[in-house]
Amino acid sequence: MSDTLLEIKDLKVHFPIRSKKLFGGVTQYVKAVDGVSFRIEKGETLGLVGESGSGKTTVGRSILRAIEPTEGKIVFNVDGEAFDLSKLTDKELRGFRKHMQLIFQDPYSSLNPRMTVRDIIAEPLVAQKLAKGGEVDERVREAAALCKLNLEFLRRFPHAFSGGQRQRIGIARALISRPQFIVCDESVSALDVSIQAEILNLLMDLQKEFGFTFLFIAHDLSVVAHISKRVAVMYLGQLVELAPTKDLFYTPKHPYTEALMSAIPEVNPDQEMNPVHLAGEIPSPINPPSGCRFHTRCPYTKDMCKTDIPKWKEIEDNHFVSCHFANTLTLKGAEIPTSVDAN
Amino acid sequence: MANPKQNTDDNLLEVKNLKISFKTDEGIITAVDGIDFSVKRGQTLGIVGESGSGKSVSTWSIMRLLPKNSIIDKNSSIKFQRKSGKVVEMTKFKKNGRELRKIRGGEVALIFQEPMSSFSPVYTIGNQIMEAVLHHRDVTKKEAEEIAVDMLDRVGISNPRQRFKQYPYELSGGMRQRAMIAVALSMNPSLLIADEPTTSLDVTIQAQILELMNELQEDLGMSIIFITHNLGVIAQVADEINVMYLGKIVERGTTKDIIHEPKHPYTQALLKAIPRLDRIGERLTAIRGDIPSPLSRPTGCPFYTRCGKVIPGVCDVKMPESTHLSDTHTVYCFLHEEKDV
Repeated sequence: MSDTLLEIKDLKVHFPIRSKKLFGGVTQYVKAVDGVSFRIEKGETLGLVGESGSGKTTVGRSILRAIEPTEGKIVFNVDGEAFDLSKLTDKELRGFRKHMQLIFQDPYSSLNPRMTVRDIIAEPLVAQKLAKGGEVDERVREAAALCKLNLEFLRRFPHAFSGGQRQRIGIARALISRPQFIVCDESVSALDVSIQAEILNLLMDLQKEFGFTFLFIAHDLSVVAHISKRVAVMYLGQLVELAPTKDLFYTPKHPYTEALMSAIPEVNPDQEMNPVHLAGEIPSPINPPSGCRFHTRCPYTKDMCKTDIPKWKEIEDNHFVSCHFANTLTLKGAEIPTSVDAN
Repeated sequence: MANPKQNTDDNLLEVKNLKISFKTDEGIITAVDGIDFSVKRGQTLGIVGESGSGKSVSTWSIMRLLPKNSIIDKNSSIKFQRKSGKVVEMTKFKKNGRELRKIRGGEVALIFQEPMSSFSPVYTIGNQIMEAVLHHRDVTKKEAEEIAVDMLDRVGISNPRQRFKQYPYELSGGMRQRAMIAVALSMNPSLLIADEPTTSLDVTIQAQILELMNELQEDLGMSIIFITHNLGVIAQVADEINVMYLGKIVERGTTKDIIHEPKHPYTQALLKAIPRLDRIGERLTAIRGDIPSPLSRPTGCPFYTRCGKVIPGVCDVKMPESTHLSDTHTVYCFLHEEKDV
């Protein structure tokens, strides 16, 4: 595929747990990400959802190699050449960082309070030696203008700004190195509703104009549905389903996706919520269940789910799922609300 | 300014002209600016608003749980009907006095957003539920333990006897939130204040907690004040909704009034700003500008600086009066003033 920007193959991130004894060594591993594969096309937004502890943040960070992946390939296509990020040395990686950036969740703790806004936005350029002198200022102004920040703000410190403005500073910082790929990790979760809408619009506008590729990680399913072209669902370190947004939300094929969709509270008092009950808690990623990892909580579980690991297969065009019974189960998607007119 | 046709006998809580300010180094900040609301017996009042709207401050003040630099205006009134039937004025109590402590926890309970930080890490879950029970009820330790275990069971925690002996870190976020609800409900309060109780939880757990609260409300007949910024959640749980902006209530009505026929430009804008599943990919309408700093509150209507339908020379000069659109639906906006019934 020529228009693939990023291809993740069998990505694994295992964190060692050391024994409490002095020379006990490593006894177990937390399998935070355990064999995840997907592709992201140039200019698209891929949403990544899942409960806390499912490993979605770890996937995002290990693609950027902010966390070292244990195994697997991360193939990044830039200017017609393919690089395996997981194989790059630290030095090579540093030259590569300009192509990928991260927008954080908390606009309060992700900006250094002792740096001016100008220095915060300029930091990627300075750290990677991408520009010098007057060019730095020029590019800072350009990035700030794109994010609709008042240029007078550049001399001030972050404490003077509201959450929405801070998040725009964080976005300007991510854009300044003209990256191709941006990971948004819960980037709008901490914002108020009215500000969240503005930031989502800004991200979509920037994407349209510059063709950025986003990996959008969030737990708010409506937000993910809004911004993503395709959405992947993660459970206990693995993908369970990946499909174009509307297919995934309205015609899910995996019981876990169905449970997630049924739990979205609708902004409509006439439509009562009828959430699917999942038994118990998310199991420990140290000892994930055998067979299908979801079998301990799945309402449709059968004997075979306990022993056989389901294959990741494409059951419809572009609709991937890993469930033994994906073809036979009839699952309910998110309710399509009857049009509620908000004037 | 409360609705004249409202039957006041039904009200468990009646708040009138509540005004709360904070003394700070930069001056006096008015967080809540003269609001009225009431909670009916066995019903759920939803309060929606963004950060800085005063939704938490106005409800925490019911239990007088505000920081030391807070000032409740002397014309404010918070009337609460006690279990004995006596109506008491909460603002008149001595801070941390005996009667107030009896009401706190015993009759009005609070659950909040942070299930991680609201338990003490050095005591077991059971210990912390028992502490509350022993304080408010005349029971022995053994009985208190039974009540605590029973309550844990009731909020859907599996193996309550074993969980009773565990420390908060051993429980997941959803479990801790359930445990907190168990603490709050173990005294059988008549009013439960839930301040963003599901905001930090995953959707599946959020759905379970909301169902649980509904069930328990039916069983115990308590009233709930549910504070959130999530319109989806509020649409599912509330009977009535108050929309707050910058210390004022701008619109109130039944859940259907507010969701289906919002009249205040702020309510309308909020509903258009949230991503909805029936409008995937459509452009959201953001509300222009930022929430003003409480130190420089706009004169007139608090929303006029961001409102798309502002009437120059009117909205920026004085605060609009209430307009009753129906028995249940009230809005504070000049656009609707002439339609008063």
